[in-house]
Amino acid sequence: MTTARVPSRVSHTGEDGVRQELRAVHALITRDWLRLAANPTNTVLMLLQPLLFLLAFGGGLSALVPDSAVGGQYRAFLYPGILLMAIQAPAISVGIRLITDRYNGTIRELLVTPARRSSLLCGICLGGCATATAQGAVLLALAPAGGLPYRPLPLAGLLAELALAAFTVTALALVPAVHTRRPETFSTLLALTSAPLLFGSGALVPLSTLPSWVTTAAALNPLAYATDLLRRTAGPTTAAGVHWGTWQPPPALEAGVLLLTAITALLCTAHRFGRTDDMT
Amino acid sequence: MTGRPSPTTDTAAGGRGTRRALPYAVHTRGLTKTYPGGQDAVRGVDLTVATGEMFAFLGPNGAGKSTTVSMLCALKRPSAGDAWVAGANVLTESHLVRRRVGVLFQHSALEPDLTCAQSLQLHARLHGLSRSDARSRTGQVLSAARLAEHRHARVRTLSGGMRRRLDIARALLHEPRVLFLDEPTAGLDPPARARLWQHLRRLREDERITVFVTTHYLEEAEYCDRLAIIDHGRIVAHGTPAGLKSALGQETVRLRTSDNRRAAALLRTDHGRTAFDGCEEVTVPVTDSAEWLPRLCATLGAHGIHIHRATATVPTLDDVFFHHTGRPFEPESGTP
Repeated sequence: MTTARVPSRVSHTGEDGVRQELRAVHALITRDWLRLAANPTNTVLMLLQPLLFLLAFGGGLSALVPDSAVGGQYRAFLYPGILLMAIQAPAISVGIRLITDRYNGTIRELLVTPARRSSLLCGICLGGCATATAQGAVLLALAPAGGLPYRPLPLAGLLAELALAAFTVTALALVPAVHTRRPETFSTLLALTSAPLLFGSGALVPLSTLPSWVTTAAALNPLAYATDLLRRTAGPTTAAGVHWGTWQPPPALEAGVLLLTAITALLCTAHRFGRTDDMT
Repeated sequence: MTGRPSPTTDTAAGGRGTRRALPYAVHTRGLTKTYPGGQDAVRGVDLTVATGEMFAFLGPNGAGKSTTVSMLCALKRPSAGDAWVAGANVLTESHLVRRRVGVLFQHSALEPDLTCAQSLQLHARLHGLSRSDARSRTGQVLSAARLAEHRHARVRTLSGGMRRRLDIARALLHEPRVLFLDEPTAGLDPPARARLWQHLRRLREDERITVFVTTHYLEEAEYCDRLAIIDHGRIVAHGTPAGLKSALGQETVRLRTSDNRRAAALLRTDHGRTAFDGCEEVTVPVTDSAEWLPRLCATLGAHGIHIHRATATVPTLDDVFFHHTGRPFEPESGTP
């Protein structure tokens, strides 16, 4: 069979640079959506974990944690932390997928395209961020279960903050992923770091109830800033958040810290990702 | 052009969609790749592939074929030497090289859960095609691969041969000038391999591109216009299949005997012939096998060596490999 040749519209000269780079980024985000849609079981399972936490952990601990310790109902206190959990798992899975993609040759297929390495990295990070935010949005739809009424403005604010947190967590997960060849090593590293980071962020229990060194260390924990940001948007809270000495940074500064962390992590990743000899 | 001067006479970057004829599709000079730890995978490869050629890069596993292809596609950086592909330098114009080549790697990396059309459209977008161009090119390459009716089938439901055709279709989405295929028939059964080669020959005519194929199947190299044999990272021979065989200028007598080692020694001493003692047979290069076969058999019979089988063959590519490396072609004989 012969194919009818149409006048070629493919550029072989590198014209249309920015538009072509954006198309590559868009393709990678679309790829993650398609992967998500193609594997609904995994998506549902990822959502189940935070839901179980909200219902079981929230229900159980609310009897133990006095309302005075969190400045309101424990379930309402816990809800922003649960939102963070909901985006953490899918965002981290981007790192695992990068390692498996590298193993099965998918990364090599990406690197042989003319797209810039930085565009590819952005696409991978934004793809993970978009799918993680979507999963967070599903939990946001259940806001009343977390003691949060349906009010458009705070919910929209929470969604934007979830997207920022997902972007930061994805970018952070990519740093060890580009330096690791074995998925097992990455999983061990995650098991070692993700739980302490989550517990030390004040997402599940108030920072004020934790040892003072944990409270101090929270200033270095990106998840603590994300939790604090979400909690302050969800409603007025008396729970102590991240402090720099005795000063509590305003929400805009907390968002800035998250963004700066994400950009720094991406720069660390880009350096390694650009070395194709190491990535193929 | 910002890169190093190319050996081609016409290297001016064509405008959108133009395809100027370049004398050489691939040209390398002393291309070398040394991996950390000092392991030399490719040692000073000099290659020239003319535009529009179907070129075979033949060698055992681990000979350096895949590493060479990776360097020619600007995926791996050469440790030394230089290479120009489709008019662009792999070191200084890697983005142009990647824009102008299509690559099919040894192992397919298609997303098993996506449909054929989804997979191809995503790849087209990665190459910077607009949404409508991606859709139309996907339709064209799926038709060329005779997979149009499978466009909505998930990749994991395709057979091995269909998957390879889909891989090739994907490599052609952005209308490359040079198509690199690294072991395209690996893992396929003989009928599927034959169909794939038929498909490649048709593509070369329809798409008017240069095809560079690596293979460790000797018989596949016969389908190509020219070939180069690589062994332990070095090119040991290159030319047309017929030219390489005729250059040997000799035929081969193959004898399976009761004692191959003694038979080889006898033929060397009694007839002054070069006789190679392989694990299964003795091979003796001769100028006229019809004359030499009875003489050699008579000598061995006189010394009480039984001959189980005697054949005379005209040169094959296996003989070409043997001639240049001193050992028979065994796909697994290369260094890892």
